[in-house]
Amino acid sequence: MTDNVLEAQNLTKRYNGTAVVKGISFAVARGEIFGLLGPNGAGKTTTILMLLGLSEITDGQARVLGFDPARQPLQVKRRVGYLPDQVGFYDNLSAAENLRYTARLLGLERKDREQRIASSLAHVGLKPYAERRVATFSRGMRQRLGLAEILMKNAEIAILDEPTSGLDPQATLELLDIIRDLKHHDVTVLLSSHLLDRVQSVCDRVALFNRGDLALLGTVPELRRQVIGGGFRLEVEAEGQGLADRMATIPGVNKVETIGTNRVLILADHDVRPEAAAAVVGAGGRLLRLSVEEPNLETVYTTYFQTHEGELHAA
Amino acid sequence: MRREGSALQGVGVVTIKEIGDHFSSILVVVLVVLVVATAVVVVRGAVGEIKDITAEDPFLFLRLFTRSGGLLPLATLLSILVPLIAIGLGFDAVSGEHNRRTLSRILSQPIYRDALLFGKFLGGLFILSVSLTVLWLLVIGFGLFALGIPPNAEELARALVVLVVTIAYGGVWLALALLFSVVFRSAAAAALVSLGLWLFLTFLWPLFASQLTVAFGSGDDLLGVLELRQALARLSPSALFSEVVAVVLDPSVRSTQQSMLAAVGLVMLERGSIPDAPIPLLQSVLIVWPQIVALVASTIVLFVIGYVVFQRQEVRA
Repeated sequence: MTDNVLEAQNLTKRYNGTAVVKGISFAVARGEIFGLLGPNGAGKTTTILMLLGLSEITDGQARVLGFDPARQPLQVKRRVGYLPDQVGFYDNLSAAENLRYTARLLGLERKDREQRIASSLAHVGLKPYAERRVATFSRGMRQRLGLAEILMKNAEIAILDEPTSGLDPQATLELLDIIRDLKHHDVTVLLSSHLLDRVQSVCDRVALFNRGDLALLGTVPELRRQVIGGGFRLEVEAEGQGLADRMATIPGVNKVETIGTNRVLILADHDVRPEAAAAVVGAGGRLLRLSVEEPNLETVYTTYFQTHEGELHAA
Repeated sequence: MRREGSALQGVGVVTIKEIGDHFSSILVVVLVVLVVATAVVVVRGAVGEIKDITAEDPFLFLRLFTRSGGLLPLATLLSILVPLIAIGLGFDAVSGEHNRRTLSRILSQPIYRDALLFGKFLGGLFILSVSLTVLWLLVIGFGLFALGIPPNAEELARALVVLVVTIAYGGVWLALALLFSVVFRSAAAAALVSLGLWLFLTFLWPLFASQLTVAFGSGDDLLGVLELRQALARLSPSALFSEVVAVVLDPSVRSTQQSMLAAVGLVMLERGSIPDAPIPLLQSVLIVWPQIVALVASTIVLFVIGYVVFQRQEVRA
């Protein structure tokens, strides 16, 4: 199924001749949760603003639900919900009043309006606070109110800019749950973040930004293979003599690295756990630990930027 | 590149929201109450003076606006204080949205930036109109009560013209404050620059104008010197407003130069005219029509500049 709701082709943004986004291309399929990842200032927010028609596109093309955001911004904005980085609301108004203002801007009918406001507030768990002034809201509650706005809008695409930044772990988990839930409502989600470990858990696919370029694109396992290389990383901790030497004799093991007393790190091209265990026990040693290390996105990210540091400085 | 959809979509919603915000804004309420209270005090003074001196004036009611009773006349007071309300209504219109981080969220709704800016202008203008109309009604009511005679139709019409022109005059300052709220991210900077410009144009520019005239005008041609001074002074909206008010509120004034000449002891006589005979309202309005147009035009120009700057601005915080 190639039902792409979001497409960017050679999307470029230059400010006074300096390229901030350098001709990136990607597509997001309907119902997908797509992550734009990268350090601050890599061009994530600029890309988002161009997709929304809030920032002029210098070069290239964007298609959002078949519309051109530069020429048909109202069509795009009617169907796309946007949660800006550190979203703000009118502090002097209550949560429901804030949503009511947005609903009026959307041109919703009164009856429809109240119903949608109530249900979307309930959805994000803000129903008890509907009549509370937003001034009293915590950061997490504001983010959730932002998501309620997107739900109220019945948006087909939700674009979330750094939705979890500045949230405590509990609030982050709650927010990610709501984001996952959006997917079940057939909402396509595009989210940007520089916090990887949490985001990894919700994203179907991610795009890694590097100085305005798309460095990597794909699912998290794909990226892992691409950056860290295929194969297994195995950590073995065992008592006994010549641990490293014995491990090196196992077929399929490419490299053995001693990382501490009685601890080695093994790089192999397949799962060699049974062989490693047998080797330790066979030599009369005591196996203390045997774990497969699955590098998370954070590791992928750091490894990528470490290996590309030379290029970064050259750039 | 053509864009789809009406630029005005959402203007009404923004306007109503702005009006609501202004009504609950302490700053705006304080400003309006202050101006209305000052005006009432001034009109009280004027009533005292009118009762003392003028018994057979056919335009007694209009004197409420122009006599001072030892204080400033109401018309002068308005020329000073209306900008203050207008600046108070507009100085953080856009920068406020920026600083509350609501701007990008609002602009991601299906409206154009035009609608947001125009809605904010209309909301401010509405508050301005309401407070000035209330003030106007208070003055008329107070006059009725204190003078004990009703105003005639001509007087009411003239006072009404002044009301409309005062609102237009406030519009200039509102558009200026809006422009600065777009240009400056900091509300304090916008407020200070607006107030600075207001101080300069209202109080300092008239002095500068006469100094410049002395510097550049030839000493022999008195009329030429005076005209140059007036032309320079007209760069300030306050001067335009004062000229309109002086002509419209006094039917015996038949030229905007008259008061200026009177100030240096000259009387202008037109051939075939009876000095000091009242002229009809339409004539008065025609005399100051250029000034009225200039006020409206500068509002539009300032608004358009603000719009263009806003359109080119990045919304990201």
